[in-house]
Amino acid sequence: MMQPKEPPIRVLVAKPGLDGHDRGAKVIARALRDAGMEVIYTGLRQTPEMIVNASIQEDVQCIGLSILSGAHNAIVPRLMALLKERGAEDILVVLGGTIPEQDIAFLKEQGVAAIFGPGTPLETTVEFIQANVKPRGIAA
Amino acid sequence: MSRNAAENVPEAVKPGDDSARHPSAAEQRWVDKTLAPALAKAPERPIGANTGTNRNPDGTARFTTISGVPVERLYTPADLPADWQENLDRYVGQPGQPPYTRGIHATGYRGKLWTMRQFSGFATPEETNQRYKYLLENGGSGLSVAFDLPTLMGYDSDHANSEGEVGKCGVAIDSLEDMEILFSGIDLEKTTVSMTINSPASVLWAMYLVVAEQQGADWKKISGTLQNDILKEYIAQKEYIYPPAQSMRLVIDTFEFGALFTPRFNPISISGYHIREAGSTALQELAFTIYDGVEYVEWALRRGLDIDDFAPRLSFFFNSHNDFFEEIAKFRASRKIWYRLMTERFHAKQQRSQLMRFHTQTAGVSLTAQQPRNNIARVAIQALAAVLGGTQSLHTDSYDEALALPTEEAARIALRTQQILAYESGVAQTVDPLGGSYFVENLTLKMEQGAFDYFEKLDAMGGMVRAIEQGFPQKELAESSYQYQRAVEAKEKIIVGVNDFAVEETSPQILYIGESVRESQTAKLQRLRERRSNENVARCLSALRHAAAQEPQATPGKISGANTMPYILDCVRAYATVGEICEALRDVYGTYEESSWT
Repeated sequence: MMQPKEPPIRVLVAKPGLDGHDRGAKVIARALRDAGMEVIYTGLRQTPEMIVNASIQEDVQCIGLSILSGAHNAIVPRLMALLKERGAEDILVVLGGTIPEQDIAFLKEQGVAAIFGPGTPLETTVEFIQANVKPRGIAA
Repeated sequence: MSRNAAENVPEAVKPGDDSARHPSAAEQRWVDKTLAPALAKAPERPIGANTGTNRNPDGTARFTTISGVPVERLYTPADLPADWQENLDRYVGQPGQPPYTRGIHATGYRGKLWTMRQFSGFATPEETNQRYKYLLENGGSGLSVAFDLPTLMGYDSDHANSEGEVGKCGVAIDSLEDMEILFSGIDLEKTTVSMTINSPASVLWAMYLVVAEQQGADWKKISGTLQNDILKEYIAQKEYIYPPAQSMRLVIDTFEFGALFTPRFNPISISGYHIREAGSTALQELAFTIYDGVEYVEWALRRGLDIDDFAPRLSFFFNSHNDFFEEIAKFRASRKIWYRLMTERFHAKQQRSQLMRFHTQTAGVSLTAQQPRNNIARVAIQALAAVLGGTQSLHTDSYDEALALPTEEAARIALRTQQILAYESGVAQTVDPLGGSYFVENLTLKMEQGAFDYFEKLDAMGGMVRAIEQGFPQKELAESSYQYQRAVEAKEKIIVGVNDFAVEETSPQILYIGESVRESQTAKLQRLRERRSNENVARCLSALRHAAAQEPQATPGKISGANTMPYILDCVRAYATVGEICEALRDVYGTYEESSWT
């Protein structure tokens, strides 16, 4: 019997802050795409406002942030507050990069669903997103 | 490309087409009598998973470098060109002689060891100044400044875009005042200083020159290196402000200024390091970097500068990654390639113009956050490759750098690693010890050939700026880094402690930088803006805008009227900030945004 095909998961991969090291963001974007997701890559130096706007416009279910510069404690709370303000806190937010252990609890409290440090297999990230995005059409 | 070599310059022999091997009778006997039975008894097994890149179509094991280049079982004279022996002098030469494959100094490291130059900078200028003194007291022989992201992007610490970034990835420098603090108690006439700054390079360099002047140092005597390599920013690291052509103009302004006023300072360090960190192969790093060098030369010649006035001060910067022999081959090939370009393409006459001098840093991208002390071994192997490749100076990474900026202890171990190589291992005692190795010479020739193949493509695109605008190098890097990541995911390439030999562990102590740096820098800026003559600052910035808008014309022996350096020096002396000076140039040049290639 034919199963109705599920629409692909839509993900926004974003690189906030001043840092330009985008190897990780690009590799992740491509891995998610290879896993069947629809990926929008924002390019560099996106403010939280730009990221939230793009996420809502593009109707994504997940935002993947790449931050290597140490600016996460300034960027993440602003981004989460904006999502809440716009009623978009159902969007799954995951974070990749170099995040000191002592900041992890704070970031999770802010609503980041998962933090992927250096050396995380691509598969781990893919599976986490697949398992945790809010399916469409289901009440929050 | 012109085939005419400059006068009195021996023409380097180019590697020929990859012709079939002609093994000797002895080698053939070994294949039949010794190798075949050995393989029959115990077939070779790939290092890593027996899939994908590790398998030949016939199912036998395949071996490749970290860049994916096949590595054969054994290298013999049959892997070198047929005329190798008779043309040895032109293929590799002698140390200190063209084509410099074996090094630029006749005595290698026997006369002078490489400079142990540790890249460092974090938080406030005050804190970084303390770290510099610590490094110098511990036997470091030069300094290398890491700036924070707001400085790299031309923003002051109090700018909205700087929030969360001040002092995190390097030291925060806002004005001449910060530069004075950074080098307080450090004699700039005696210490060579390298500065990793690109888009705002001329601004930070001007600050450095003014601090040197305040100390009473002679500009003609100070030596050091400005990174100032904007092309690799568009290709890899992406810390650019202005569009390519305007950025190139600023770079050529520094070449012209340096040739006249700071003859011992390298105004540029043409960098492959970041290209490699962004995921390129060893060959791509080599080819794109050296071709960036070609592009700078072309632009300087178009300005009207004489090749032998600025080429002696062009310096390079490479990455030293995990694959030991491939790296050594890359370093050896780089010297010959540059020699060939400078003689065959640019007809440089002075010997110094023809020499490839380079700094090396071990590969930050190879460091693992897992079992971080394993990185000490990785760094040692990479540093050894750099030394065997004949580097002029070396930075060894600290083992904790996949986690954070290094702690003092980690920074000391990194420096000690170099000292162990220099003073204990014996590798510095003979020149180019791997010269003549069938394997290394074969790899070196392949690197040279591969680089010239890339040059042909890039020439056809109309040069590097054009290639960047078309996204060519960016796409090449994205593809290579993805292929490598795939091989790691499939365990075809093993990373010890990450995709094999992993353990449960707790994180080590790291250097943590909070938000207080932004507060203290902001307070300092406020005091500065109250104290200085803001009218004078505005006047200097306006003069700079005016010069920046004009096309500079070279006049022999004199600086172009519109060269931006003298104007930037005036701004700096008036205590204009990095952000204000860069903003003045943004007014004139606009900013650049790349199309996203994923």
